[in-house]
Amino acid sequence: MCTWMTDKVELAGNARGVPEWICVTQANVSYDHPAQAPFDHAMLIDFVDPAQGVGARVAVELSVASAAALVRALQAALASPEAVRDLRDQTARSAVDPS
Amino acid sequence: MKEGMLAEMAGFPGHLGDVIEGYHARPVTTGPTPGVVVLHHAPGLDPWSKEVVRNFAYAGFAAVAPHLYHRRGPGDWADVAAAARADGLAKAMPGDQVSGDVAGAAAYLKQQPGSNGKVGVIGFCSGGRQAFLAACDVPTLDAAVDCWGGTILPRMSEPSAWHPPAQGVIHRAVDMSMPLLGIFGNDDSNPNPAEVDEIERVLTDLGKSFEFVRYDGAGHGFFCHDKPNYRQAQAIDGWSKVFAFFRTHLQEGGSGVHLDD
Repeated sequence: MCTWMTDKVELAGNARGVPEWICVTQANVSYDHPAQAPFDHAMLIDFVDPAQGVGARVAVELSVASAAALVRALQAALASPEAVRDLRDQTARSAVDPS
Repeated sequence: MKEGMLAEMAGFPGHLGDVIEGYHARPVTTGPTPGVVVLHHAPGLDPWSKEVVRNFAYAGFAAVAPHLYHRRGPGDWADVAAAARADGLAKAMPGDQVSGDVAGAAAYLKQQPGSNGKVGVIGFCSGGRQAFLAACDVPTLDAAVDCWGGTILPRMSEPSAWHPPAQGVIHRAVDMSMPLLGIFGNDDSNPNPAEVDEIERVLTDLGKSFEFVRYDGAGHGFFCHDKPNYRQAQAIDGWSKVFAFFRTHLQEGGSGVHLDD
């Protein structure tokens, strides 16, 4: 069913998107010098598809406090009954067919 | 100062003859011109790094910044840098590859019309570490400047760390063959003041020619005026030290004669 539940998290950072939907097959997470966000170090999260070249990338650079707030929001969303059920089902399917 | 300059992306042979790209700027002058290889910081060959290249041209040097992540491209500099970061330092920029690219950039500068045959290297952040390494590995250079290069000493991982220990380059210092200028901020954590002390001790024990300048009230990357760590007073003084050092070691006739005289 539709959950219609959105947790809004106040953030400080920068993001860089792509004009069309792209397939993402990997997330690269590092805490390092950002390219744009106004911090010495930032949580750098790149959603990428390496097979499609370096430009297939949605980039987010967050302050460390913003990253922690995002993690809390993700964990809260993952605690919803629908997410718990789907994670259980997907984990079970992966155990049967790792591909 | 040289108001006129030419700036462009150029290609030249780097490590193992791979043709890599670099950002090249040179003053419009008929006089003998020293060269500087600029090694960009970890975020990549970004607009600030290109501005540094143009600033050297403005001061009378021909300069080129090899794109050290070139092999991970093609693409926008930020995307290429992100891909290199995901690969990890050891794969993205192995030391022998960087030294080969620096040697190629130095050769490219020396081949340009008007070169006086002398080339220095300057690097920032991870590029500072590479400038330190180049001072040991690339004898065709004449002088090197390390700006807050991290992980010159090996760094042990904390028990909870999610990355492996980083290998340093201090063991290569025995082969350092040119004068070195180091610029550091005392609020930096990599290298921190104790690590700068240790680098200083090793170079002193080896009898190397070097000068370290350390600034209070500055941390990592304090020359970068597009970043929050920029510290104007320390950066102005630091740049003056860099230009004086290169004028001393790269200009025929040595110190006291300014390129713009």
